[in-house]
Amino acid sequence: MTEPVVSMKNISYSYESKKVLDHVNFEVPQGSFMGLVGPNGGGKTTLIKLILGLIKPDEGSIAIFNDSINPRKDRNKIGFVSQKANSFNKGFPATVFEVVSSGLTAKIGYFKFLNKTYKAKILEAIDQVGMLAFAYENIGNLSGGQQQRIFIARALVSDPELIILDEPTVGIDYENVKRFYELLHRLNKEQNKTLLLVTHDTGTMTEYATDIVCLNKELHFHGNPEEYTSLTEKDFSQFYGHPVNLVSHNH
Amino acid sequence: MLADFFQYDFLRYTFLTGLLIGVIAPLLGTFIVVRRLSLIADALSHVTLAGIAFGLMAEKKFGLMLPPLYSGMVFSVIGSVLIEKLRSVYKAFQELAIPIILSAGVGLSVIFISIADGFNTDLFNYLFGSVSAVSQNDFLMILGISVFVVLVVVFLYKELFTLSFDEEHATISGLHSKQIHLLFIVLTALVIAASIRIVGVLLVSALMTLPVAASMRLAKGFKQMMLLSILFGELSVILGLISGYYLSIPPGGTIVMISIIILLIAIGLKRIQSKPRKVRDSV
Repeated sequence: MTEPVVSMKNISYSYESKKVLDHVNFEVPQGSFMGLVGPNGGGKTTLIKLILGLIKPDEGSIAIFNDSINPRKDRNKIGFVSQKANSFNKGFPATVFEVVSSGLTAKIGYFKFLNKTYKAKILEAIDQVGMLAFAYENIGNLSGGQQQRIFIARALVSDPELIILDEPTVGIDYENVKRFYELLHRLNKEQNKTLLLVTHDTGTMTEYATDIVCLNKELHFHGNPEEYTSLTEKDFSQFYGHPVNLVSHNH
Repeated sequence: MLADFFQYDFLRYTFLTGLLIGVIAPLLGTFIVVRRLSLIADALSHVTLAGIAFGLMAEKKFGLMLPPLYSGMVFSVIGSVLIEKLRSVYKAFQELAIPIILSAGVGLSVIFISIADGFNTDLFNYLFGSVSAVSQNDFLMILGISVFVVLVVVFLYKELFTLSFDEEHATISGLHSKQIHLLFIVLTALVIAASIRIVGVLLVSALMTLPVAASMRLAKGFKQMMLLSILFGELSVILGLISGYYLSIPPGGTIVMISIIILLIAIGLKRIQSKPRKVRDSV
């Protein structure tokens, strides 16, 4: 058994008086494709922020890559993809190449320039997400799904071991969501990237994920997709704290 | 036409200074525009005016020889740091920092100007720019600022770009976002103070934003936009200075109007450019 990529022990976190995480124990096994689900306000984004080192826990400890977190040293090993296709400034005048190159900025370091090796790496990352033909297009001219692929390339270019994706498929149509998951599946299987995906779209996710975790202040479930899909309405109502109607996703 | 600019010292310094600010104003302007901070330039130029008025007052009332360019620069830099502080105080309403600093700048200017017994030609030159206001010392100072600004942008280009495109990502990836941003705002303050001699307080922000607005219509990618902005900035400054001199109009006015003409041409070109593409797309 290899060491987990992320290991959280007894983590609690509150925003002023509101507790959003209550003694959470949580591990992301190496090489897994983990789906993190739960209601809004259930602490998913807070958990991600803790892993990224943007906030510190009130209680408990976080180990990343078998080492207590040292944000500046380890941040290069973590790639992050947010809901960018929805929120970024579409008119921003940058080419795909320029956007992906920004994923290397911190890794290259201050006062240094992009050399040939880095440029090749950028093109390789764009190629991996199948967007090489668009490398010198302005990012604003692409569709939402294509833009999200570019943000994956930006995360990939620094060669991270763990990629965290925070609801990356919001606002993308079903066909492209499918292609998006296939891309993630390939990264996970062929390149052995560990993926942690926050999503509401549990239907498609269960087809690809290796682990699923339900979070609502506390950790309510951690298992594989088969176990997850066999959960009953009663189980879900317990997690969510209110009655839940299960709708099957048979696309 | 250019002969006078090489014959007379004061015109030569004006011309050379114009060439420098034609580079540095649009250079920083590119980042300012894409970060939606265009109005910061306006706020800082009014704070610079307060600094200049303070310098003029100190000279007139107390006989202190405080060159207005320097006092303007000091005020502008202090203003830029205060804007950053205010932006963190009003996190949900960051744009509030701009009217606060802008009105403080105008308020202080009015007080200093009235203590100095009102307007004079010198102040008029600071408001609208002048072709004859740049001394050798001013030129050397502005040359120093320009070299510094260009070096910082060259060596921190990828950090400035990353921060402008996606501040959240920059911070997560471990960049010192706050410090880089502060350095950038201070550079902006210096460039504004340096540009005021030629384009004037009221129009300095135009030189930082109009060339960028024009190049944005035409460029592919960020670097190309930056280079095109500098080209448009230079064109505006050169044509503006020459026409201002021969027509006896403050160059601030002519430089800005030429920038506007370039902008209109860019918008027109883009329309012509995109029309045939639309036809092709629909086939």
